Amino acid sequence: MLEIKDLHAGSEDTEIIKGISLTVNKGEIHAIMGPNGSGKSTLSKILAGHHEYEVSSGSVTYNGKNLLDLEPEERALEGIFLGFQYPVEIPGVNNAEFLRMAYNAKRLHKGEDEVDPLDFDEILDEKMKMVEMDHKYKARFLNEGFSGGEKKKNEILQMAILEPKLAVLDETDSGLDIDALRIVANGVNNLINENNALILITHYQRLLDYIKPDYVHVLSKGKIIKSGDKGLALELEAQGYDWLTTTTN
Amino acid sequence: MNIQTQSKPQATLDDVLTDKSEYKYGFTTDVDSDIFRKGLDEDVIRALSEKKNEPKFMLDFRLKAYKKWLTMKSPTWPHVHYPPIDFQGISYYAAPKPKKKLESLDEVDPEILRTFDKLGIPLDEQKRLSNVAVDAVFDSVSVATTHKKKLMEHGIIFCSISEAVHEYPELVEEYLGSVVPIGDNFYAALNSAVFTDGSFVYIPPDTISPMELSTYFRINTEETGQFERTLIICAENSYVSYLEGCTAPQFDTNQLHAAVVELVTLDNAEIKYSTVQNWYAGDRETGKGGIYNFVTKRGKCLGKKSKISWTQVETGSAITWKYPSCILQGDQSVGEFYSVALTNGLMQADTGTKMIHIGKDTKSSIISKGISADKSSNAYRGLVKVNKGASNARNYSQCDSMLVGDQCSAHTFPYIESANSSANLEHEASTSKISEDQLFYFQSRGISRENAISAVINGFCKEVFKQLPMEFAVEAEKLLTLKLEDSVG
Repeated sequence: MLEIKDLHAGSEDTEIIKGISLTVNKGEIHAIMGPNGSGKSTLSKILAGHHEYEVSSGSVTYNGKNLLDLEPEERALEGIFLGFQYPVEIPGVNNAEFLRMAYNAKRLHKGEDEVDPLDFDEILDEKMKMVEMDHKYKARFLNEGFSGGEKKKNEILQMAILEPKLAVLDETDSGLDIDALRIVANGVNNLINENNALILITHYQRLLDYIKPDYVHVLSKGKIIKSGDKGLALELEAQGYDWLTTTTN
Repeated sequence: MNIQTQSKPQATLDDVLTDKSEYKYGFTTDVDSDIFRKGLDEDVIRALSEKKNEPKFMLDFRLKAYKKWLTMKSPTWPHVHYPPIDFQGISYYAAPKPKKKLESLDEVDPEILRTFDKLGIPLDEQKRLSNVAVDAVFDSVSVATTHKKKLMEHGIIFCSISEAVHEYPELVEEYLGSVVPIGDNFYAALNSAVFTDGSFVYIPPDTISPMELSTYFRINTEETGQFERTLIICAENSYVSYLEGCTAPQFDTNQLHAAVVELVTLDNAEIKYSTVQNWYAGDRETGKGGIYNFVTKRGKCLGKKSKISWTQVETGSAITWKYPSCILQGDQSVGEFYSVALTNGLMQADTGTKMIHIGKDTKSSIISKGISADKSSNAYRGLVKVNKGASNARNYSQCDSMLVGDQCSAHTFPYIESANSSANLEHEASTSKISEDQLFYFQSRGISRENAISAVINGFCKEVFKQLPMEFAVEAEKLLTLKLEDSVG
């Protein structure tokens, strides 16, 4: 599904990603862990197509297409979803209306008719139930004044509505209390199946207690320095990142 | 006295369209025009008045205004900068030829009809907008007014002001200059001296206008000024909604547009006045050309419980200097001002309102949304004045600015003068930015950049757009999105 080959990228003159290769197949869950500043968030934004970052070499192929040729909205329409670490607040734009815009953009892309606000409301109700979100958030402005937990639930709500083929969740667990973490993780677990794939970017192991990865990769200074299975995450938890970064350097 | 008129060849539609594509309305129409020689003096005014076959009171009005204007100076307080205007370098009258009294649309030059068609304003009665009556002003002259007969059945007068001067001189004489006195300000005095046409509306007592009335202004000729004059009188217990739209071709020289609009409401009457202004703003990079939009708009709530509501969407002009205001004279009268002002390129806008509370229990509200992009400057300037006798006056003002990019500027100049301690005045202001991260968020959900900008801007302007009649709101949304597409990011 996704094949990253020797990717080098950065912003302006600073190289942040220094040669990453990674293959993600349908039905797989990959966790990418690493200390702050290792390039985790940058990698996720590059996959989503943020203009701030430039790829200097390497390739990213997604379902046979050169992903780097696509605009961010085209990537989204092709089934890539980025769950933001810090979802931006957009005053004046109604949350439900935004969600419907996104839903309809995808339907139009697939050659289907747009849904009207009434029909969409039913779809939305069902999805909101799954992430235990209060209905009052429908009429609120997008992310404006949402608590950290509600922002992250709103991200997973968007994932539920868009049903992506490849979801990249960037530190979705950060800033969540234990209840919110459980809700968000349950939401994600409900959405993954053998036909899609998930990349979980996280600093801590605790999210992986809820969402079980098939592979764990450790990112440091723009490179994957170690890959393994779930056991690697536990080891990291016990020993800290220093254990790996010092031994490899 | 002898004033020469001249016809001049003009660029064809194709010339202009292929050359410059960004401003959609930047074409000129190839019609034979009747233009006065450049310059202004008493002879020009007399010739103008004679050309229009005006009664003596109009000539006197013009000459008085001209004498007043000679003693006045162009205002320097607005937050805009431009080289001095050479008032002798402007032609004060341009009319499409042949200038004769038009009995029906069939007699209008087909080129002009095509121009309005191209602007999306069908004047053809067959395919007209079903519920909007249109007065089309081309350069200085009203070329067509639709739906006249139907309106007349309700006793509603909707015609060009030139026609009103002849047909309804008593109404014109009573109200013209009653809201904006001839010496009110430099540009109002100039307009009073030389105005050539505009719209006139009279709604008789106890009448709700069965349709929206609208005027479309179009400047076509280079080096002419457009000085139109609009007068709307809404009698007791009546209501009218009036729309105004403006476009102009692209020229490298600046053109002056100095209009005056006067509104009067009697007891229990209401006028809702909406504008979508999209004059050519000059070259986006160099600032060359564009319209100087120096306009005086004012309404007087003369009657008890009367209401005047201004809604404006200002998206064009090189310089805008405009303060649609309300004089709340009648007790319990209400004034409203809803504004979206967008500046991009090198545009400069200084716009806002004045709410003058004179009657008791008067209320006013001001919602102003300024959007500045590129290297433009956008200022809100507003005055809320409560006179001594205006007990229990209330005002709510909200001024929000949105910045796009980091080279533009937004300014807010709110003035409050209260001479009555029972007044209740509130003011709120905010500044926000439309950011690349906001747009990326939309895009990462499959929503195009264009739709993203549109959603953010419409969200910001929602309170103002919802005041506009439906078709105008849609047009305004599109216009703003189009103008901002290249500025973000």
